[in-house]
Amino acid sequence: MTLFLVGLGLGLAGAMAGATLPARLRVITTAVCGSGACVVTFAAATRVLASNHSVNFHSGAVLPLTGIDLTLDPLGALFIATTAVVGLAAICYSVGYTEHALRSRSAMAMFPLFLTSLLLVPATSSVATFLVAWELMALTSMLLLLVEHRHSEAARDAYQWYATMTHLGAAAILIGLVLLAAHSGGQTFTDIGTHSAALSPALRSIAFLLVLVGFASKAGAVPLHVWLPRAHPEAPSPVSALMSGAMVNLGVYGIIRVGGSLLGGGFLWWWLVVIGLGVISAFYGALHASASSDLKRLLAYSTVDNIGLVLIAVGAAGALSVTGHRALAALAMLAALFHLINHSVFKGCLFLGAGAVERATGTRDLDRLGGLARRLPLTAVLFAIGAFSISALPGFNGFASEWLLLESLLHGFAAHGAATLVALLAGVAALALTGGLTAAAFVKALGIGFLGQPRSDGANSAHEVAPSMLAGMALLAIPCVVIGVAPGLLASPLRRASAVALGAASVTPLRPGLGLDLSGAAGAVQPLLLVIAVLAAMALTAAVVRLVGRRGARRAEAWGCGRELQTARMEYTATSFAEPLGRVFADVLRPDHDIEVTHVAESRYFAQAVRYQTRADDGIERSIYRPVINLVSLWGAFARRAQNGSVHRYLAYGFVALVVVLVALA
Amino acid sequence: MTATMTTTGLGASIVMSVVQLVMIVLGGPIVLGVMAKVRARAEGRIGAPVHQPLRDLRKLLTKEPIHAEHSSAVLAIAPFVLVGTAAVAIAVSPLVTTAPVLAHSADLFVVVFLLLMGSVALALAGLDAGTAFGGMGSSRAMTIGALAEPALLVAILALSVQAGTSNLPKIVAATLAHPSWAAGPERLLAFVAFLIVVLAETGRIPVDNPSTHLELTMVHEAMVLEYAGPELAIVTLGEAMRLGFLLSLAASLFLPWGIATSTNPLNLLIAVVALSAKVVVIAVGVALLEVRTAKLRLFRVPELLTGGFVLAVLSVVTGLVTR
Repeated sequence: MTLFLVGLGLGLAGAMAGATLPARLRVITTAVCGSGACVVTFAAATRVLASNHSVNFHSGAVLPLTGIDLTLDPLGALFIATTAVVGLAAICYSVGYTEHALRSRSAMAMFPLFLTSLLLVPATSSVATFLVAWELMALTSMLLLLVEHRHSEAARDAYQWYATMTHLGAAAILIGLVLLAAHSGGQTFTDIGTHSAALSPALRSIAFLLVLVGFASKAGAVPLHVWLPRAHPEAPSPVSALMSGAMVNLGVYGIIRVGGSLLGGGFLWWWLVVIGLGVISAFYGALHASASSDLKRLLAYSTVDNIGLVLIAVGAAGALSVTGHRALAALAMLAALFHLINHSVFKGCLFLGAGAVERATGTRDLDRLGGLARRLPLTAVLFAIGAFSISALPGFNGFASEWLLLESLLHGFAAHGAATLVALLAGVAALALTGGLTAAAFVKALGIGFLGQPRSDGANSAHEVAPSMLAGMALLAIPCVVIGVAPGLLASPLRRASAVALGAASVTPLRPGLGLDLSGAAGAVQPLLLVIAVLAAMALTAAVVRLVGRRGARRAEAWGCGRELQTARMEYTATSFAEPLGRVFADVLRPDHDIEVTHVAESRYFAQAVRYQTRADDGIERSIYRPVINLVSLWGAFARRAQNGSVHRYLAYGFVALVVVLVALA
Repeated sequence: MTATMTTTGLGASIVMSVVQLVMIVLGGPIVLGVMAKVRARAEGRIGAPVHQPLRDLRKLLTKEPIHAEHSSAVLAIAPFVLVGTAAVAIAVSPLVTTAPVLAHSADLFVVVFLLLMGSVALALAGLDAGTAFGGMGSSRAMTIGALAEPALLVAILALSVQAGTSNLPKIVAATLAHPSWAAGPERLLAFVAFLIVVLAETGRIPVDNPSTHLELTMVHEAMVLEYAGPELAIVTLGEAMRLGFLLSLAASLFLPWGIATSTNPLNLLIAVVALSAKVVVIAVGVALLEVRTAKLRLFRVPELLTGGFVLAVLSVVTGLVTR
């Protein structure tokens, strides 16, 4: 525990350094302190995961009345370790990134503080401590959203959405947790855990639903996701990576911690609700990701998609656990945590890559990119690793966890009860549908963004980014491949964490080994052997072609249907790439099309210019949130009219109110 | 059955996997030739001999390699990824034998994602040269793939739920042990869904027309338009292998009889003959279907694939209800 506290202290020292030191020293000192915090907390977390012993810490000195309570158990340690890895990469990346942005005093103070709060949340073990850490995380991330584009309309808009959603969510969590604490005679998680079984079912359900709303909005589950596709793209890229790679995880963490270990599993319908949220999020996120042409918006929607997949597995684990299928529940929970870790790693890598692209070209609009593989070769390779991982191609980590997710749902069909089976089937269908859509979205991101010819001057004149930025991306790309070929390495920490999550004795769903081998049911995969086999087959084919065929490829102009000159303007763009899918799913996406035709003055039969614009706004935002916002602003307008500052009017209000009261009382 | 699988030595497994590979590498193009022949005959033509695709491959292999001007290494590597992933899928799947090499990892999801890897590589290659055609082909292929993949996954999942495992050799073994399964309603539904996916994944009519070069209708052909010479040969071979593989997998999963459950050479021979016969029958059926149907408009294809997906889901539901 001392180690962990030292790590937190280093993070705070980084924040202090960022706030006080002069500009020259600021960047390097915060980077050293921040990476120290990550390394030390990672060590503390792995020690807990290796020994499987929880450690506690209590101090009355920091918070008045309650003091702070910290506990490092395997579940929290898994999240801390993940955050530490993403945090280290983000800090490393930010050294190069700060040459142009994120170097102001406030930004340099907020960044380590945000990281520290992310590391702190999974270690808190009382309601008060948790809420303080949670609020710290929300406030620092909100401020970081504003530092890079203080004057940009989009950033301010994102900030407002994020601030509103996160505070509504925090209020829901606050009410839910306080409700539990008040009825269980203590505010530490241990008190709640031991007394929760005695609470009335209605109270437990209300508390769970409240915290579910709060945590699901932080995790970005549909329909509470609206802030995410705005905030994650507008934040500076290292912050985006931390938001998508670490902060959304904590939403899932909250659901698991409260629903699983504090409330002891609860009722079947809770988990069916969670599966439902997951199914909608997965499908909706994947669809919007495949339709987006803004690179970071695409990544943000794919976060919604992946969190959906994790929620499906969390829900399945909860449902199977409640219905008494312990081994199957352990498998599903393990799959959920595994996918969450993998998502952190590859999404962190992708967001850092998107930041590098934005830095090099000045835009993140895929329609203006292209040809970057030649100009940013290393960024292209690292981004490609992330893209292949998220598309679940064998040999990359996304495949390992998607395989485990599918296996856990498949074996879940052995359970009984129509509701569970229907939910599992919906989960499988969502997983199957999102797989193809995600592949399409990332072929678009990679193929349109990095291959072909540049579609703008910015893309044409791009240069490779700073080495520290590349190192940050590599820190996350390497685990993608290592976990991808040897997923078995993570089996034991995952098993320990999922045992805590389900509040049950440790069931071993996986046999030890480099690959994944289910012990309770039939199913295994050895990614390492598969990768070797594919590479061998490729080499063999190449050898045969070299032996039989002629060598030395000639360069020739690409086929342009007989046209001599081909320009980048003739290429397919991200918008045109996504058009068929957008048309297929037009009912969900409901894209807006604007076509403006300017005719030549002489004749209306000849068009001088055609302008076509298409946009797929968030349908849920439009149909659910807009009416509420309109109602609120209507109320605001009314309030403004009613209060025009005239003293006479206020006196009249007072008089009318008095008369009404008197009449009512009479 | 399980006993047979575990006692098979590694050497024997490798031999049988090589048999499967050779069968599909040579057989895939021949299946294409058979389908072309059936089409020709049904249309009143004589048609090329059935081994014409193999001759074409040999011719292409000796031609000069040409790369498009702005292309990168992706264009050069993609064909090998396509063939490599297809080869591994073929080697580990139970086509001729229930004990191929790496049978432990011969998982339904592995096979689906290996095929996806090949598709992704080819789609990236389509975008690599930066031409309008390549982008169009990639976009359309990924759209169709995004809709075909879920149907494929759920269709085979229906069989997995029944057998209680996603391991393909074990599914085949379980079907052999319970012959009545093959005629069950969930199997029939899953089979139809599977066939729709095979048509889409391999670019056959009514989804795509492999013999068209008209801009508006091309899907797969547009994507690989920049390939020439040996690389075109590899792409064509990869596509033929995928067709052969998917048809063989359909035969093994839905009608596994004849498949070798031991290393006895006679059994192996019977298995090779049985698999060839089953695949040719399915291929002739597909070819006759192609003759009798018109190609669908691109934006009607999703309806077909959604139909396949719904059938696959119904198949899982039927399996769960009737168990």
